[in-house]
Amino acid sequence: MTARPQMDYEISVITDELLDMTQLVKESIINASKSLEEKDSQLARSIIDNDEQIDDIEDAINDKCLKFLATQQPLAGDLRYCISIMKMVRDLERIGDHCEDIAKYTLRFENEEYMKELIDIPRMADMAAKMVKNAIDAFVNKDLRLARKVWKADEEVDEMFRNIYDELLDIADNDSTKTKQSIMFLFIAAHLERIADYGTNICEETVFVMEGNYEMEKQI
Amino acid sequence: METKFKIKNLNLYYGNFQALMNIDMEIYENKITALIGPSGCGKSTFLRTLNRMNDLIPNVSIEGTIKLDNKDIYNKDYDLIELRKRVGMVFQKPNPFPKTIYDNIVYGPKIHGVKDKEKLDYIVERTLKEVALWDETKDRLHKSALGLSGGQQQRLCIARCLAVEPEVILMDEPTSALDPVSTSKIEGLLEELTEKYTIVIVTHNMQQAGRVSDYTSFFLNGKVIENDKTEVIFSNPKDKKTEDYITGRFG
Repeated sequence: MTARPQMDYEISVITDELLDMTQLVKESIINASKSLEEKDSQLARSIIDNDEQIDDIEDAINDKCLKFLATQQPLAGDLRYCISIMKMVRDLERIGDHCEDIAKYTLRFENEEYMKELIDIPRMADMAAKMVKNAIDAFVNKDLRLARKVWKADEEVDEMFRNIYDELLDIADNDSTKTKQSIMFLFIAAHLERIADYGTNICEETVFVMEGNYEMEKQI
Repeated sequence: METKFKIKNLNLYYGNFQALMNIDMEIYENKITALIGPSGCGKSTFLRTLNRMNDLIPNVSIEGTIKLDNKDIYNKDYDLIELRKRVGMVFQKPNPFPKTIYDNIVYGPKIHGVKDKEKLDYIVERTLKEVALWDETKDRLHKSALGLSGGQQQRLCIARCLAVEPEVILMDEPTSALDPVSTSKIEGLLEELTEKYTIVIVTHNMQQAGRVSDYTSFFLNGKVIENDKTEVIFSNPKDKKTEDYITGRFG
């Protein structure tokens, strides 16, 4: 039995909305990759449309957090949890924006054949989506081990990005007709790399909520 | 940062009941230290040990040392009158004497031998200004203090305490009987008072402890569970019992 039922109830409502937002963001990442890979313009447009929904959830969560702070005056772990959620929803919203940008590239490629089959970019997108989902799961379940694992996975994404970068630079160097596409794919890979970085930010919030600091290195 | 009080291995018993257990603590000069904890945890008892108010209660026995500026206040040669002058106290309910505002303030200085009218006038003006009550009372100094509002009465009690020029002010829930406006006036006052005084305050209001104090001690069942900078206690306490209490999940 808890002595603060209203506080616990409000925390659970905010957490549920965070999970809803995470689901939407995860779908956006996967769909951004899928629409790019399959040149599915309709799916790309739906990502752009859905971004508004993500923005709305961010506003709704921030509004609930504000009221929670004002009326429940949380302290210590509860306070850190609320502050972390307010930071994470901004990161999730930014991830949504990156997906929207990728979808816009898909629409630009609408009437063009790709210069090569996409292999690494969908893999990178898949990893980034899993990182974001797992990072939020680690946060909600206060699972430091999972947070650490996700945080470490960013190194793999960075490595993939470096490989894609080298490959695209090479293509652009050798064939000027492919420069435009190389640059666009490079931007897309950079968006995915940023998305994975936001995943690591979320992992750091798990450490903050549990330990009161951001010393992720100590956790490794 | 100078240590004002150094408390070492303090135990206090009411008869057979041990109310304080092995308290070790330092209280720093010109800082505000808040004592928090559930009812009956010993925080008010502890506060009263700092100017030996517990001496007045029968069957109280005390072990350990409490040093004020490095001198043990429980030493049998320690001058109790001097101690109470140096360590003043403000209580939960405003308790002005049924006298005029002026007489309330000069009561202490007169006991300590100040007779000069001009000097007494100066003390009244200085202390009422210190508690931001001068403008409200300067035209009615010789009227009964009981005609003041609760918040004004409490500020008068603080002024009365300041009149004997103490070094430390002990406050036992000084705003719990006051409305939010009077409370915020007293809280604002506390910060200004730390320029000259050391303050120890017992409060049940977590937010108040967070707002006004530099250090916070959490008491539970007669023990100090955690004692740290206030910002640490309220954002990242080390002990789960502290966390449970301040987040309201205690009990």
